[in-house]
Amino acid sequence: MKALVWHGKNDVRVERVPDPKILNPRDAIVKVTSTAICGSDLHLLDGFIPTMKSGDILGHEFMGEVVEVGKGNHKLKVGDRVVVPFTIACGSCFFCERQMWSLCDNSNPNARMVEELYGFSGSALFGYSHMMGGYAGGQAQYVRVPYADVGPMKVPDHLADEQVLFLTDIFPTGYMAAENCSIQQGDIIAVWGCGPVGQMAIASALMLGAEKVVAIDSVPARLRMAARLGSVETINFENEDVFDRLKQLTAGRGPDACIEAVGLEAHGATLDAYYDRSKRRRSSPPIGRPRYGRRFRRAGRVGRYPSPACTGAFSTRCRSAPRSARA
Amino acid sequence: METVMEHPERWASALGGAALVVWGAQKLSRERRPVGALLATTGAGLIWRSARTDTRARLAGPRGTLVEESVAINRAPEDLYAFWRNLERLPTIMPQLASVESAGDRRSHWVANAPARWRTEWYAELINDIPSQLIAWRTVEGSDLVSAGSVHFEPGPVGRGTVVRIRLQYDPPGGALGTALAWVFGDEPSQVLREALRRFKQLMETGEIPTTEGQPRGQR
Repeated sequence: MKALVWHGKNDVRVERVPDPKILNPRDAIVKVTSTAICGSDLHLLDGFIPTMKSGDILGHEFMGEVVEVGKGNHKLKVGDRVVVPFTIACGSCFFCERQMWSLCDNSNPNARMVEELYGFSGSALFGYSHMMGGYAGGQAQYVRVPYADVGPMKVPDHLADEQVLFLTDIFPTGYMAAENCSIQQGDIIAVWGCGPVGQMAIASALMLGAEKVVAIDSVPARLRMAARLGSVETINFENEDVFDRLKQLTAGRGPDACIEAVGLEAHGATLDAYYDRSKRRRSSPPIGRPRYGRRFRRAGRVGRYPSPACTGAFSTRCRSAPRSARA
Repeated sequence: METVMEHPERWASALGGAALVVWGAQKLSRERRPVGALLATTGAGLIWRSARTDTRARLAGPRGTLVEESVAINRAPEDLYAFWRNLERLPTIMPQLASVESAGDRRSHWVANAPARWRTEWYAELINDIPSQLIAWRTVEGSDLVSAGSVHFEPGPVGRGTVVRIRLQYDPPGGALGTALAWVFGDEPSQVLREALRRFKQLMETGEIPTTEGQPRGQR
């Protein structure tokens, strides 16, 4: 089959590789019909994430048709159309039983590597470095899905790929950020970053009943797209002071909750951005640049719990990050 | 609680490390020889090792090495006990073991893949067996390796599964020297135990041990 293969910093190639096989009883093989590039793939592309090896197959957002099923998998059958979540979950550990799939205890064969770095390991991910499990990803014609009787969702025929593909990662990531805000009637939610995750977070916040969302970014096209989602005010942080404007938009009270949808490798030219960059050079594995995570902490209103909701990839060590959550 | 005083090995490691640092620094500054940097770095590593007080750095005492690890598993104690009662299945979760076979009458024959591809074998006998609670064994006299081990199964708090606690005391091939070498090279027995418990948990909770062995990849 053909697959997108990582060979080093800024070096990925479409190559012929062997087809995947069933390796464990609960596996399934999926023939990929649609796949997406995630913002977090950029951290792999530019060599920011440790424990990548030349030859690794990328891709963690994909869907397709089941073409082979392991003998221990009683949920899927050949011909099923499925969309596959990027987090691999066993379905029976402490965390999976509580629907915290991304914290699955069992799916990562290399959990030891993450434990050495972070203390605890979350679930394995498709195509996202060896410390995250080393599983071959789905930017390929075929992919092996472990524990395929847990994660994959069957898709009815009347829905097109484009309508459901975002269920792999980007929609739940944005949705969980909004969910973490415990949105109540009348709430104004501020969202930093209007890339794909930010757009999903904004749409989710509105869906969950926010009175208004304030979308913050510097790219006019993204702000325009956000404005079309409904009751949305936009702030271009290059033209306006975000803190002052947020106060203005909330009658001086501050947003009821803030969502960070920028993530690991934020751009910018402020003092703390340079601080993060200087840290990064001196450390290995690299330290993230969570400057937006720090920024929103100041902006959110007092007396609100839970306070800020983080999303996006904070997968390397982020010193000085308020809270990092992998959604 | 362990203290530094209880471990003569720690003192030896710290003093040896300090000596290496001084020696290395002298070589570097007086003779301008780069090997000095290597000596100093090694010395610093030894000092760091000696200062570690976590359970991973337990050293061989007079009665060999004692390691203890535990994990919570989302299954009933009797299911977990049943796996261990059949010792022949142990190599599934411990790849360091080549085989474990029943030798009749509470005895079993163990073959291990020791370091540097040496095979070590020994006989063990069950010395305690309380269904759903405890299994304990020790090597019989005349074995290459002297060891004793136990696995306890205790119900955790409600909804938190079973706590599996494994204790292993052993005198490895090469005696204290072998342990010390393994320790220096980071092949720590407690890490081996932790990985065995992880695979045990994976197998008991999900019915399989996750793997990527045999999946496709591009040219390295």
